[in-house]
Amino acid sequence: MTIEELQDIGKIEKEKQEGFKYRIHVCVAAGCLSSQSGLVKEALEKEVARRGLESWALVKGVGCLGLCTAGPMVAIEPDGLLYQGVSVSDASDILEALGGPPVNRLDCSAHLPFFARQRKIVLENCGHIDPESIEDYVAEGGYEGLYNALRTMTPAGVIEQITKSGLRGRGGAGFPTGLKWTAVSKTKSNVKFVICNADEGDPGAFMDRSVLESDPHRVLEGMAIAGLAVGANYGFVYVRAEYPLAVKRIRTAIARAERLGVLGRNIFNTTFSFDVTVRLGAGAFVCGEETALIASIEGRRGSPRPRPPFPSELGLWGYPTLINNVETFANVPPIIRKGGAWFASIGTEKSKGTKVFALAGRVNNTGLIEAPMGTTLREIVFDIGGGVTGDRKFKAILTGGPSGGCIPAQFLDMSMDYESLAQVGAIMGSGGLIVMDDSSCMVDVAKFFIEFCMSESCGKCVPCRVGTVQIYNLLKRITEGGGKPSDIELLEELCDLVKNTSLCGLGQTAPNPVLSTMRYFMDEYKAHIEDKVCPAGTCHMNPTE
Amino acid sequence: MDEKEVDRIKVNEDRRWRLVNRTMRLHGHQPDALIETLHAVQESFGFLDIDSLKYVAESLRLPLSLVYGVATFYHFFTLKPPGEHTCVVCLGTACYIAGSSNILKTVEEQTGIKPGETTPDRKLSLLTARCMGSCGLAPVVVFDGEVHGKMSSASVLENVGRLLNHDD
Ligand SMILES: Cc1cc2nc3c(=O)[nH]c(=O)nc-3n(C[C@H](O)[C@H](O)[C@H](O)COP(=O)(O)O)c2cc1C
Ligand code: SF4
Ligand code: FES
Repeated sequence: MTIEELQDIGKIEKEKQEGFKYRIHVCVAAGCLSSQSGLVKEALEKEVARRGLESWALVKGVGCLGLCTAGPMVAIEPDGLLYQGVSVSDASDILEALGGPPVNRLDCSAHLPFFARQRKIVLENCGHIDPESIEDYVAEGGYEGLYNALRTMTPAGVIEQITKSGLRGRGGAGFPTGLKWTAVSKTKSNVKFVICNADEGDPGAFMDRSVLESDPHRVLEGMAIAGLAVGANYGFVYVRAEYPLAVKRIRTAIARAERLGVLGRNIFNTTFSFDVTVRLGAGAFVCGEETALIASIEGRRGSPRPRPPFPSELGLWGYPTLINNVETFANVPPIIRKGGAWFASIGTEKSKGTKVFALAGRVNNTGLIEAPMGTTLREIVFDIGGGVTGDRKFKAILTGGPSGGCIPAQFLDMSMDYESLAQVGAIMGSGGLIVMDDSSCMVDVAKFFIEFCMSESCGKCVPCRVGTVQIYNLLKRITEGGGKPSDIELLEELCDLVKNTSLCGLGQTAPNPVLSTMRYFMDEYKAHIEDKVCPAGTCHMNPTE
Repeated sequence: MDEKEVDRIKVNEDRRWRLVNRTMRLHGHQPDALIETLHAVQESFGFLDIDSLKYVAESLRLPLSLVYGVATFYHFFTLKPPGEHTCVVCLGTACYIAGSSNILKTVEEQTGIKPGETTPDRKLSLLTARCMGSCGLAPVVVFDGEVHGKMSSASVLENVGRLLNHDD
């Protein structure tokens, strides 16, 4: 296939869709599907047929429109109208209103800042294209990046653009992607692998899920470009079994991409071949860690091993392996299409581009958002997020899940970038943001996360296996009213030990939520221990002594 | 024909084993097919029993201990047969903050069972999960594979009651 042929596919698709005066986009990502958007789509289709408008209005299933809390979401193009909370019985009114004034009761404009304040790169196609149609992706410039990389660039040139872009890994640690690609490309081996980490272990995060469900081809294209750059011909997508829809969509996407000749043998009639296989996780948080993930793909228990050697030298079945996160790969096609310098112009000095966040908890607009690095927390919570629910008081926001920390109100004007977050004892993590109000007890939250790490510890090393249990028992005692003043010091000691002597990232970061809540909410710990009260009223205190 | 051979034929006759066998064949009966194969077994039978673990171990030429070790390591796999209906309460962060631990307590009181258990009449299994990826709709409960968002103790009680009293 030539670039002209590829562009023709896109052009034909675009013309076909623009031939309809109205396009009704119905969100068919998991969030809205669970509020029956599938039935809404059917009802709209039936209504179009009943009115004989098949050549005038197109009903199309699209990926996440972002505002998950207000689902099912429906968008009317080209008017740019958004409807929220749509049910089957609204279908007739929606069609009636086409071309006239909108259906007021479904109006979504109160949420306008939610949409206006965002900037979308990774999510640019989410909510616009049909995730099961490769033509729709091509119509938005899809696979042109891969074509350019293959036909007009050298592998070294591709890596140069990625390095120049300043892209950093979105899986949590923020390691420079260009450096990682360079390391794998320099290894001498006929066999190399590319792995996409879609394990999304942070309980309370759904960025990767939404990207896979809404725009799977973007991830595949990113992986293929990576394969070309580092010299790998095989890719694996390791995705959680708890995400059946994401699994289905990525499998469909692989099949369609192979049929079109943009994956598989001799891509774009070159000598480059790249095959992608899906592998299912099986519900183990530790398998998000790269060496455990590799063990899991090999069919074994997901136990991490010491690094170095890093997977870039010794990875899957002992071959050099590149592992990146879903969102990292999703950033690659636009970087190749528009150049590293373009990407580097967005964001802060050391954190480039945008970040996708899953905004949840006690906030009005829960959903999927994307904002440039450097956006302040206040903008995220109060402008995009619409503030705390029920006019309660903002207390803290959790970032980075069980490896992260909490950020209290005094830092609301902080810029969201890797460095600033580390400075206040939190981490960027993969992008899960949980807003908490004054009804949440911080000691209870710390206990919640350590309980998570305790049950997810793989048990390979003692500090993590035993230490998390001890921390948990201490916190349990404190939240039940049996805490002793010396417990604080004991907690600090234990946290320090587990943090510094555990083998893998799980243990090394498990104490973070405890440490950061102690740092900013010591008064709450003291209230539990000394006064035997839970200021938030969450814990059931029944002191035994 | 020895006993093993008979077993194998019986196994092949069972329609549900076809998916399992196809999965192993697709992976060339290599050891790395193990987790994919266990997924196929669980999809077909709802859980992993010891006979199926033995069969998988033999087919992939792996020690049973290793197969058992993998099956018990991953939370997604269950070695107990589930009840007729399932109720999964999400205990991920967003749902926890939204009060899912109270929802769980309500269901425990209503059914008299703890997470991981099934009611004596085998009508309902109660399970917990760490995030279903629908945090925007927290708190989330999954009934028979169907995600229900923005649940309250009252709405969960109603759903559980429906499943418990449903006979067919
Ligand atoms: C306990 C643990 C869990 C992790 N979970 C994930 C995960 O769910 N998704 C992910 O992309 N990275 C996860 N990581 C980070 C990966 O090990 C790895 O650094 C990442 O996939 C690299 O991709 P990136 O450079 O694109 O970020 C986890 C790390 C640890 C220690
Ligand atoms: S730190 Fe915890 S999860 Fe990591 S290897 Fe040790 S026991 Fe396993
Ligand atoms: S925390 Fe319950 S769905 Fe994510």
